Amino acid sequence: MTDASANGQLLTTADGKPLKRALAKAQAHAKRRAFFLVLPLLAFILITFVMPIGQMLHKSFYNEGFTVNEDIGSGVRTPIMTNLKTWFDANPLGTEPDEAAYAALAADLVVLKDLRAAGQAGTRINYEKSGSRSMFTKAARGAEKLKPPFKEAIIKLDKDWADPELWRVMRDATSAYTANFYLAAIDRTKDVNGNIVNVEEARQVYVKLFWRTLKLSIMITLMTFILAYPIAHLLATLPLRYSNLLMILVLLPFWTSLLVRTTSWMILLQSQGVVNDALVGMGLLGDENRLQMMYNQMGTMVAMTHILLPFMVLPLYSVMRPINPSYVRAARSLGATSWTAFRRIYFPQTAPGIGAGALLVFILAVGYYITPALVGGADGQLISNLIAFHMQKSLNWSLAAALAAILLGCVMVLYWLYDRLIGIDNLKLG
Amino acid sequence: MALPSYADPLEKAWHYAYLVICGLIFLFLIAPILVVIPLSFNAEPYFTFTDKMLAFDAEGYSTRWYDLLLTFGMLAPDAPRDTSWWADAWENAAWINAAKNSVIIGFFSTILATGLGTVAALGLSRPEMPARRVIMAILISPMIVPIIIVATGLFFFYSAISIQDWGIPYLGVVLAHATLGIPFVIITVTATLVGFDHSLTRAAASMGADPVTTFRRVQMPLILPGVISGALFAFVTSFDEVVVVLFVGGLDEQTIPRQMWNGIREQISPAILSVATILVLISIALLATVELLRRRSERLRGMSPS
Repeated sequence: MTDASANGQLLTTADGKPLKRALAKAQAHAKRRAFFLVLPLLAFILITFVMPIGQMLHKSFYNEGFTVNEDIGSGVRTPIMTNLKTWFDANPLGTEPDEAAYAALAADLVVLKDLRAAGQAGTRINYEKSGSRSMFTKAARGAEKLKPPFKEAIIKLDKDWADPELWRVMRDATSAYTANFYLAAIDRTKDVNGNIVNVEEARQVYVKLFWRTLKLSIMITLMTFILAYPIAHLLATLPLRYSNLLMILVLLPFWTSLLVRTTSWMILLQSQGVVNDALVGMGLLGDENRLQMMYNQMGTMVAMTHILLPFMVLPLYSVMRPINPSYVRAARSLGATSWTAFRRIYFPQTAPGIGAGALLVFILAVGYYITPALVGGADGQLISNLIAFHMQKSLNWSLAAALAAILLGCVMVLYWLYDRLIGIDNLKLG
Repeated sequence: MALPSYADPLEKAWHYAYLVICGLIFLFLIAPILVVIPLSFNAEPYFTFTDKMLAFDAEGYSTRWYDLLLTFGMLAPDAPRDTSWWADAWENAAWINAAKNSVIIGFFSTILATGLGTVAALGLSRPEMPARRVIMAILISPMIVPIIIVATGLFFFYSAISIQDWGIPYLGVVLAHATLGIPFVIITVTATLVGFDHSLTRAAASMGADPVTTFRRVQMPLILPGVISGALFAFVTSFDEVVVVLFVGGLDEQTIPRQMWNGIREQISPAILSVATILVLISIALLATVELLRRRSERLRGMSPS
């Protein structure tokens, strides 16, 4: 290029622009055009998918229950618990609440009563210290009748107001930003001095549930692998006209409604269901000791293995199909037994398919909700079911969001791994 | 998968055992789906085969559960079955209303997902697409992120923007279902575009076709099978989705899966099985369509059938 310029013979296009610049311009134009084609969808996904999840993540560390009251009708936002916040800011953690603290509390309770926000504030405290919601509603009801000395007056209402634990929770809650929901999601809490400690044994549920989700997902992945490998191999080695027919047996479950498949397993596994009836009918089982195969971990495992099996078969099949059979034949001709030939020659070639299938099945299993909810019973529930419980029943949305954030983090790491190892482009559906 | 002639007896035995194992696994795959079909014709409210059914006695079978699908929720289910009875069923039967909602939501979310997804897939399959990998990962992620997280996020988001006050029925659910269907459209359409010969578009351009004409007359007919498969996937995704509907759907937005979910949770009646049977038949039809499209696509692109 420099040589050409030196000669004064710059390569140009027909209309006299330098060729290099014209090319760069054309490429930038092509790039922009490709990007503009994707842009509408990207914007759509950002609004309907990424933003909602971002908002949920925000909820997991931000809770205004004890700081701001928003009037539902007018949308007016009023700060609450301001006096108490001032006292907390002036006095470090560990200070015994004095008369001034109780006076601040009494003033805030009056505000709560006027705004009818005692339930809201109490609920926020109740997330971390159960039983305190009613203390707030009760105290706010007679708030303006409280006379100094406030300390005695308030403790007379309920002696739990003197509980240092309660004051620690209130101190944390006066800041809307908090990591306490994440602590709760891993069975941790803070003690009176703000140190992170385990919650008592009987209330440790979340870590156990994460472990169970992990354990069940690994077992389901293993089961799908054991079941998918032989049939993927059969499909890959049969002539196409047979394998296409058999493939329908794999694809039909894939296309059938999840609820239909779960329902089918319910009627198969029920204690009065088809499997038990068949076993009793054949005399293998007494009528009185029918197997309990549903509403436990077994129900979840069997149904999810069935539902996720196609996701293992399809990647395995697409890796196995192009494997050249002459490698195995060559191994045999060199004296390998059929087992050695399989183990040393065939199996290593299918490793990419195993990786792809296992990761996909595991990612999908970790977040499963519907099937465990219907056939899992009490001990077949996964972490998703607990998120739903906190969303719909206990209404502790921040805790639900914190649990969801942890689950999402795990899934994203696996997804990233999938993209690095297999590539999302290689995802195939049938 | 023929047995080689040099196989010893042990290998032969293993080979047949292997075929039996494969047969059992295929049975495991397909039996749960097929078992609901005969059971949905059960004359008794049980979920297992009665003696009469096993004896193929006509009395053991009935279509009463299919009838219940029509009559459940009707104002006057016992009236004579004339025009007004059918009008009543069309207006008030719970399952028919659920089906109507499902079809409306499925239709609009499919249109949205397919339209946006196809255009994006065209961009993504161009070699000059910037940041392709990251964007692809974002666009596929609705398939990977656990559905409960999507539903939770949408629940907060829709209440923050109070979408139900916008006056557009089904809007929230349609947008959510379109999002969930988009990965399938992207995957199927980009798969069709992988084998696409770009010299065809250049040829069209050299003959004076503008980009829109090129797309309409050259690209579209070739990628159409992929687009239709993607659309069918998106429709099935919406038609089968229950968690988002439970979280963000209004009380009147009752869909078939939601109705099934309620039915299963409250008290499961064989009417659920007749719905399940109908859904299985629909999925058989959809699978057949997709298979035919796939073969057609391969023929069009001059690939050997596989």
